[in-house]
Amino acid sequence: MKLDTLASWARRLRARDISSRELTEFYLGRIDRLDSQLNSFISVTPDLALAAADAADERLARGEEAPLLGLPVAQKDIFCTQGVRTSCGSKMLDNFIAPYTATVVERMNTAGAVMLGKTNMDEFAMGSSNETSHYGPVRNPWDPERVPGGSSGGSAAAVAARLVPAATGTDTGGSIRQPAAFCGITGVKPTYGRVSRYGMIAFASSLDQAGPMAASAEDCALMLNAMAGFDPRDSTSVERPAEDFTAGLRADLKGLRIGLPREFFGEGLDPGVRAAIEAALAVLRERGAELIEISLPNSGLSVPAYYVVAPAECSSNLARYDGVRFGHRCDEPRDLTDLYTRSRAEGFGAEVKRRIMIGTYVLSAGYYDAYYLKAQKVRRLIADDFRRAFGQVDVIAGPTSPETPFRLGEKSADPVQMYLSDIYTIAVNLAGLPGLSMPAGTVGNLPVGMQLIGNYFDEARLLGVAHQFQQETDWHARMPAPFV
Amino acid sequence: MQWETVIGLEIHTQLNTVSKIFSGAATAYGAEPNRQACAVDLGLPGVLPVLNAAVVEKAVMLGLAIDARIAPRSVFARKNYFYPDLPKGYQISQYELPIVEQGYLDIDLEDGSRKRIGVTRAHLEEDAGKSLHEGFTAMTGIDLNRAGTPLVEIVSEPDMRSAKEAVAYMKKLHALVRYLGISDGNMQEGSFRCDANVSVRPRGRTEFGTRAEIKNLNSFRFVERAINFEVERQIDLIESGGTVVQETRLYDPDRDETRSMRSKEEANDYRYFPDPDLLPVVIHAEDIEAARRRLPELPDAKRERFISAYGLSAYDAGSLTASRELADYFEAVAAGCNAPKLAANWVMGDFSAALNRSEAGLAQSPVSAEALAQLLSRIQDETISGKIAKEVFDAMWSGEGEADAIIEARGLKQITDTAAIDAIIDEVIAANPSQLEQYRSGKDKLFGFFVGQVMKKTRGQANPAQVNERLRARLQGD
Repeated sequence: MKLDTLASWARRLRARDISSRELTEFYLGRIDRLDSQLNSFISVTPDLALAAADAADERLARGEEAPLLGLPVAQKDIFCTQGVRTSCGSKMLDNFIAPYTATVVERMNTAGAVMLGKTNMDEFAMGSSNETSHYGPVRNPWDPERVPGGSSGGSAAAVAARLVPAATGTDTGGSIRQPAAFCGITGVKPTYGRVSRYGMIAFASSLDQAGPMAASAEDCALMLNAMAGFDPRDSTSVERPAEDFTAGLRADLKGLRIGLPREFFGEGLDPGVRAAIEAALAVLRERGAELIEISLPNSGLSVPAYYVVAPAECSSNLARYDGVRFGHRCDEPRDLTDLYTRSRAEGFGAEVKRRIMIGTYVLSAGYYDAYYLKAQKVRRLIADDFRRAFGQVDVIAGPTSPETPFRLGEKSADPVQMYLSDIYTIAVNLAGLPGLSMPAGTVGNLPVGMQLIGNYFDEARLLGVAHQFQQETDWHARMPAPFV
Repeated sequence: MQWETVIGLEIHTQLNTVSKIFSGAATAYGAEPNRQACAVDLGLPGVLPVLNAAVVEKAVMLGLAIDARIAPRSVFARKNYFYPDLPKGYQISQYELPIVEQGYLDIDLEDGSRKRIGVTRAHLEEDAGKSLHEGFTAMTGIDLNRAGTPLVEIVSEPDMRSAKEAVAYMKKLHALVRYLGISDGNMQEGSFRCDANVSVRPRGRTEFGTRAEIKNLNSFRFVERAINFEVERQIDLIESGGTVVQETRLYDPDRDETRSMRSKEEANDYRYFPDPDLLPVVIHAEDIEAARRRLPELPDAKRERFISAYGLSAYDAGSLTASRELADYFEAVAAGCNAPKLAANWVMGDFSAALNRSEAGLAQSPVSAEALAQLLSRIQDETISGKIAKEVFDAMWSGEGEADAIIEARGLKQITDTAAIDAIIDEVIAANPSQLEQYRSGKDKLFGFFVGQVMKKTRGQANPAQVNERLRARLQGD
């Protein structure tokens, strides 16, 4: 069988050219054969997948229409899936079988998706390289010595190697877009509130947002159609009429005003990445887009502000992992304090502990105003920068990450260097805007991602720009050689 | 030295919603442990809170009833601390921006005067679960049924100057939340509990002394005793050269004393910050007006009406309006027998006494307002005397039926036939010649003896006024 895209598989399933069972067995076979090179899955669930595929085939036979009917997907292991281990990449939840299902997963199941398994990730989504996972690092399919990015590194690597046509990710500070860029795939971080957070294990609640990761913009649009929607179980979910994200894919780029923030093209940007992005921008200009230099003057503050807000929220969100009700519990605790300290010391990895400590510190009496409150003010300034920019332009573009994938272990000793990998993506989370990363070229053999940032709820436009770009280029269709 | 006591109260009131403040689980008391705790209450990974709108409505009603400011925008924060019965490792509670601010309650003092007690704020929060220490060896059980039960914490100004004032305030607030129908106020079940901040200072000084906070007082009696103990302790301490330290203390009702729980230095840093899972609570003017229309008649207004409409004394009106149920009961009895003062005397007297003896709540009373009204109507129309009515009431209380049926069955109908009364009087006079002699020679006191004899012969059923009148005439030899 020949590899194909999610959208194409959808057409072929509806045409009864192939069954969901055949398709599911095909991808399960690829996982079985190839994932030992990547470690992109924490759990593979063939029995569940085949049962879901059979159910989808019955629905297809009845002529039912559903956006993802019969299509194999993978879920990042941050989403609760009833009856299946939901580890969040942590030893803490290695024994956690979720007793309920996340809204996103439920929506995708209803849409007919067939879950093949749960993908690897940085522990509690804290990391930019997938090296903090309790289940070991994921390798980049383009170069096994390099990282796939993080935290949705498992999903990105699995999609890039076509072990699955599409997967979910979550993006708190670039965690969909940066691995998408590193692995040469397309990923969307929707507007905050667009996709329900219910059942998605919280890292930083005011920033976390789930989104699709797939080969192309068209595939992401299909996924987002199933994922997005109001959820009464999430108070921050936004109530809006349902939208068809595939509808805008064919929108013309003529007259589209694309803003290029000068701060995203300055010091620290790898020259190879810059060249690739400039070439990609030229393609967009040829299609009729107008390139306009803009400024986001406060964007330099986004990494420091993020590393106050996100740890603060995580220090509180992760307090529930105390060894009392679920998750890891230390052996023979002597007393309550021992139960808490040893369960948490054993269950959490170093990066998670570092962020809990930072977060606890910035919320402490006497420091709250100087850190947390100040960071919230910076956040407002950053959002204001974007508000002004979108008065001038329709879309903002730039590199997703300042460099191509780095080597495993290269930044492990220096957390700040690691954090800078997300320097262009984090401002988007702080402002709650939608962002997209698409393959835009290579440096050597390694993929380069271009980030597109839209105004609130403007995902359809971002997908349209990416789709038009993907009509002109084939970066998104290229595959790492060992997996072809 | 003369000392002055300064008291402020923080009262936690459970709101009587069907489901919890942030989840759909039931709030009913007394279920098997952990049967009323859903995924959200357990704090499972990935769950999110959704605010129960009924909780907001109830808080707004409380705010209006104490003439407070209702915040157009209030915010839930997280209060972070580790405790086994706190599933998320934080409690969701309003902190910097509470829903209700700056109200007051007027309390009645023993000398008949009124005093205004300021209410600083009232904020919404979720209750924690319970740790169970009995029935486990070297372990603690956790019951999360109560986790997520809605609470409103009502914080007073330090305006009270004695334990009695504190109790009066607490009782007034207790009556108020029950009037409003926002809490069942059940103190045994912890639906209404109090922390007391107590300090002392030399009389005349304006600065406050260092305070101690006494936690978890769940009865009016404990509040009074704990405060009195604590005041004594602080005064003794200062007078013997010591200083009061700011700390949290626990009251032990068995030993009638307070004990140190933790000092200020040991206190948690709760690291409050706005809960990013919840949106600010926005209340519009229309919401406030809608809540105002739902407000029932409040205790003070009802009391005034009882005085003016029924001609009751301030004291009686105060007693009858102490609870909404009792006031409603009284009004139903008064309407049924058309004799408000008689109804007031009975409701506060025999009825309340019987209720206290049975230790039952008003709702379980075996004598309904309609039944009591019928009984009082029989006094009004002179079918029975007030004395006989007590006997009938007792029978009604023990379930023997309605007043009319009991009067009929026991033959208790009052004798009002003058001829019949005269005949009995004649019998009594004939049987007691020497007493008659003495009476007629001036020993007036013996009149009572003759009345007693007549009532005895009629088993109390003779109309007392008629007996008096006829007897006086007969004894004088008419």
